[in-house]
Amino acid sequence: MSAAAQAVSTVRPAAKRPAAAKNLRALWPYLAQYKGSLALGMLMNAGLGITGVLAPILTGAIIDTLKNEPAPMAKLGHIGQVTLGPLLKYYHPGGRQTLTIFCLALVLAIAVKGVFSYWNRWILIGISRDIEYDLRNDLLTALLRQEPEFYVRNRTGEIMSRCTNDLNNVRMVLGPGIMYSATTFVTMILSVVLMVALSPRLSVWVLLPVPVVAVVVWYFGQVIHKLYEKIQASLATLSAKAQENLAGVRVIRAYAQEKAEQAGFDAPNREYVTRNLKLISTWSMFMPALTTLFGMTFLLVLWQGGRLVMIGTISVGELVAFYYFMVLLIFPMVALGFVTNIFQRGAASMGRINYILDAQPKISDAEARPLNGAEIRGQIEMRHLSFTYPTPRNAVGAEAQTAASNGQDGAPNAPVLRDINLKIPAGSTLAIVGPTGSGKSTLAILIARMWEAPEGSLLIDGRPIREWPIATLRGAIGFVPQDPFLFSETLGENIALGEETMVPEKVSAAAVIASIDAEIRDFPQKYETMVGERGITLSGGQKQRTTLARAILKNPKILILDDALSSVDTDTEEKILRGLKDVTRGRTTILVSHRCSTVRHADEIIVLREGVIVERGTHDELILQNGYYYDLYQKQLLEEELARE
Amino acid sequence: MSDFREEEKLGKAYDSHLTRRLVGYMKPYKAQVWFALFLTLVVTPLEILPPYLFAIALDSYIIPVTNGKLTFAVGMTKLLWVTLIYLATLLFSFAVQYVQIRVMQNVGQKTMYDMRTQIFARLQALPMSFYDKSPVGRLVTRVTTDVDALNDLFASGIVAMINDAFLLVSFVGVLLWLNWRLALATLSVLPLILVATWLFRNKARDGNRRIRTSLARINAFLNENVSGMAVVQLFRREKKAQSEFANLNRVYMEAYKDVIFAFALFYPAVEFLSTLAIALVFWFGGVRVLVGALQIGVIVAFMQYAQRFFRPIQDLSDKFNILQSAMAASERIFKLLDEPIPASAAAGTRFMEKPLGEIEFRNVWFAYHGGENPKEEEWILRDVSFRVPPGQTAAIVGHTGAGKTTVVQLLLRFYDIQRGQILLDGIDIREFDVQHLRKQFGIVLQDPFLFTGTLESNVKLGTEGITRAQVESALREVGLGPLLQSLSRGVETEITERGATLSVGQRQLVSFARALAHNPRFLILDEATSSVDTKTEEMIREALDRLLHGRTAVVIAHRLSTIQHAASILVFHKGKLREKGSHQELLAERGIYYRLYQLQYKDQELRAGIPPEIAGATAAETLPAND
Repeated sequence: MSAAAQAVSTVRPAAKRPAAAKNLRALWPYLAQYKGSLALGMLMNAGLGITGVLAPILTGAIIDTLKNEPAPMAKLGHIGQVTLGPLLKYYHPGGRQTLTIFCLALVLAIAVKGVFSYWNRWILIGISRDIEYDLRNDLLTALLRQEPEFYVRNRTGEIMSRCTNDLNNVRMVLGPGIMYSATTFVTMILSVVLMVALSPRLSVWVLLPVPVVAVVVWYFGQVIHKLYEKIQASLATLSAKAQENLAGVRVIRAYAQEKAEQAGFDAPNREYVTRNLKLISTWSMFMPALTTLFGMTFLLVLWQGGRLVMIGTISVGELVAFYYFMVLLIFPMVALGFVTNIFQRGAASMGRINYILDAQPKISDAEARPLNGAEIRGQIEMRHLSFTYPTPRNAVGAEAQTAASNGQDGAPNAPVLRDINLKIPAGSTLAIVGPTGSGKSTLAILIARMWEAPEGSLLIDGRPIREWPIATLRGAIGFVPQDPFLFSETLGENIALGEETMVPEKVSAAAVIASIDAEIRDFPQKYETMVGERGITLSGGQKQRTTLARAILKNPKILILDDALSSVDTDTEEKILRGLKDVTRGRTTILVSHRCSTVRHADEIIVLREGVIVERGTHDELILQNGYYYDLYQKQLLEEELARE
Repeated sequence: MSDFREEEKLGKAYDSHLTRRLVGYMKPYKAQVWFALFLTLVVTPLEILPPYLFAIALDSYIIPVTNGKLTFAVGMTKLLWVTLIYLATLLFSFAVQYVQIRVMQNVGQKTMYDMRTQIFARLQALPMSFYDKSPVGRLVTRVTTDVDALNDLFASGIVAMINDAFLLVSFVGVLLWLNWRLALATLSVLPLILVATWLFRNKARDGNRRIRTSLARINAFLNENVSGMAVVQLFRREKKAQSEFANLNRVYMEAYKDVIFAFALFYPAVEFLSTLAIALVFWFGGVRVLVGALQIGVIVAFMQYAQRFFRPIQDLSDKFNILQSAMAASERIFKLLDEPIPASAAAGTRFMEKPLGEIEFRNVWFAYHGGENPKEEEWILRDVSFRVPPGQTAAIVGHTGAGKTTVVQLLLRFYDIQRGQILLDGIDIREFDVQHLRKQFGIVLQDPFLFTGTLESNVKLGTEGITRAQVESALREVGLGPLLQSLSRGVETEITERGATLSVGQRQLVSFARALAHNPRFLILDEATSSVDTKTEEMIREALDRLLHGRTAVVIAHRLSTIQHAASILVFHKGKLREKGSHQELLAERGIYYRLYQLQYKDQELRAGIPPEIAGATAAETLPAND
């Protein structure tokens, strides 16, 4: 059932349905690109419709000749003469040759129809896949331009759903939506015209069920879609329950709650079944109801058509032709309702897609000034820099969503950085230490302009950061984030992430400095080793060193290590830092760390606490201050002692 | 999505072993299944009847009236009768189809329910080591997606296939009975239709498989790039991402085009073949009509049969896909259900009458990997022995990787040890019934795990016999009284996933209350390292005192206050119990503990962010750095 149910109702988590068919207008430019093919497809569609109605006419003529009627499909009159054309002169009542010729004509007509039908589908559905391809690429492009704030406001799951479910709904509009509308239109018009020509009275009778079928399909489509959404919601609850149980397995076992958990699982399990059964009761009504309605039309053909034959208004052949027309009309009847649903759902989905396509990032090159050959040297300056995150940063899930969309963030965010004044000369090393949440990472990421520092508070080489083109700025920065992020590709590709082309020597040279080269060479596939789900799982330390190599390879003017060696043991760290020394010569380096060992050789060390610089100086100066840094240093000595035990 | 590799390999559509096992799940609903199959016998004739009625009406009434062999009045009455029978057929068919679909879908849903219950129960019984190697996400799909894939099979697959097969056979039978010459003419295209279907199915299946895998790749790529967007932008990888994505996207589109091609070819081909059959009927039949050996109505009936003939064939080929994915899903499900539960886990039967509360580790050796004889470097605990007398608290201290958490897991018998003994009141814990053993413990984990539900359900969990009053008093005892009062719905306040609505400190306190409400003899506590404000810290300390009072406790201690108040301190280092004694004794030893203590002190200071002047002073006092 579900395959069919999906045809009627594609999965979409419940969402408000704005009555905005105008959303679909955004599709015009996409369609316009294929207007040639589209026109050709429509032409094929017309051919399909015309050759399609030949079959009932020819069938009728064949029956007429068997019935010894003096003329085939006489009721069609002029239309019949046009459609049957040259065949008419081969028509003889009860003629064997007539029979042969008309049978061949029937086969030929269907063969030609087949050619039209093939091109019709191939072109029109093909276009929908082409546009889907274009749209999907555009979605990615739009996503790539969004700043981090966008991703705080919109959860990954929601974005994914727009790129998959919603895109699919829109594709349905472009493909089946357009094609079925076109075929339905042509077939309906032609069939109805011919049927009316044959017998207006009978036409009225047999077309009675058409609107009923359309409405039934449309209505059931709606109901089924809603029930389907409910089922999806219930499935989500069920998964969440299982997920939670599995994640909390230790608590459950420790408290011997296995039985109770099973009982607890029963409720969502039952609910899921109940909702499914609700859909089933609708579904089991829908399909047979459709079959029955189609049966009704044939019944009407037989009953009323039979009557007309008996009183001599139409011939038996014409009755059979009527029957055949109704066979042709079955699909258009369903399509009427089906297509309405496709368009409704597609319009809503297009709205959600437009949200992404139209989103304009605030961080842009709007204020960028031409470079005129200027290059970043790496001097960084912060003037009274204070920073507050525009959206609740750590708020996760639904609350953040509603809060963000309602514009009522509850308590306004507290500033993360306050009145920071720093001058980092090009080529020097600045180290930042401080407790968790003191603003270290924020300070570091502002330099890469992932978030926007207040105007005039952040300057690179004496020039406001906004005046540097983003590409130039980020091209000059090697950033190693706290959580190493590796892509599901080879280790080599991961290291060469920022490169146009991968030069193996450069990759391994960077890896040597990051102290990961030897380990990579130990893997059977070396730098070709896949990372992630389809490859190996690296330890935290290995991941960090890989991402470090990535930044080193980029050969940046500004190197930022945001607590990037936290999972690396101190010995290896020493080694890396020694190696880095040569590399960092001439580069501005910013080290965020929890460890003294990392930062002790920095030209300047600052201690952040609650967004304020509370200590600053060199290692030796800070030791004398007897403050946070001093404690950090003592802690490190102890750690080293313990490790030796 | 995490499963896409497994989805890729779609194996055979039929596996007798799997099928037999699957059919076993329908046993409880035998009666319904037989009933549905019986309805097949009813529904088939109903589908065959209408064209035949058409033939009768034409040949016996309508045409005779036009030839003047029957009066109009009689003809019309008879036609009305045929029409009424037609109507009755339709209505009856509607009813039978409705009942049949409903019955089978019901069976399908109930079977799915049973299956999910069974899988879930299995998951509750599997040993902890199973969870160490199985990602949670993948296990969840066993309960959800995989079971749903079977639904199609149970609900519509089996019966519908029988329906279609029966219908096909009946069609052939009726055609032959009506007129064997015309039947042969009609059936002559059947081989061609079968070949076309077969070709199409292969083409479409191959395309669909590529669609599935490429879509999974597209989604994985999107997901990865959205999650790692910062890295993408920092390394200006946008262009590369675009071109890589375009490639994936193109593969997907091209796979789809292949499927479109297959459909575009298949539909007209089938229509052509069935029309060819009709033309053959017209020609062979027509010739006989012209010589007066056959009536027109029969030809019209054959035309209608030819138009309907193809549906069951196509349906059957669709069902083949359902079978295939059902087999793949059931294989994964059965693999989970067949996951062995080690015999030892259920062996113990002993119950503790009145536990005194003594814990003893006697020369315990343990390793997570390596089975009975692990390699030297795999040992996590090496020859650990200690005793905690009833009612006392032992604090476990040690650096990262010392084996602290392992001690706790072993006490609860999440894992079995390789050598030595763990004893409660002098009895080896392996002799106890596992559930009973665990019920003696209250446990508080480092990351207090809260479940979606209410405050009450989180304290009580599923334990029967804990009253609301007890829940409330437990919450008050740990100092959550004021919070409780501030909540309009009290203990019925909703807790969202993982307790996101509560603060870290509150979550810890709730898990304390949970332990308290269960009133266990033994207590295991893995202190949270997360920093909380001083006031909460104070509350936690007080709650802890209450919790520890009168219970035998093992505490993995991170807080100085806890360590200092413990009767004995066990110092673990690299898997060995290196020092034990009281706080003062151990400090005097100036060994590992001495340094660990200082480290912990430092840690706490650095985390809590004690104003520099105070921190400086304490450090200077306690730290003769390199003596």
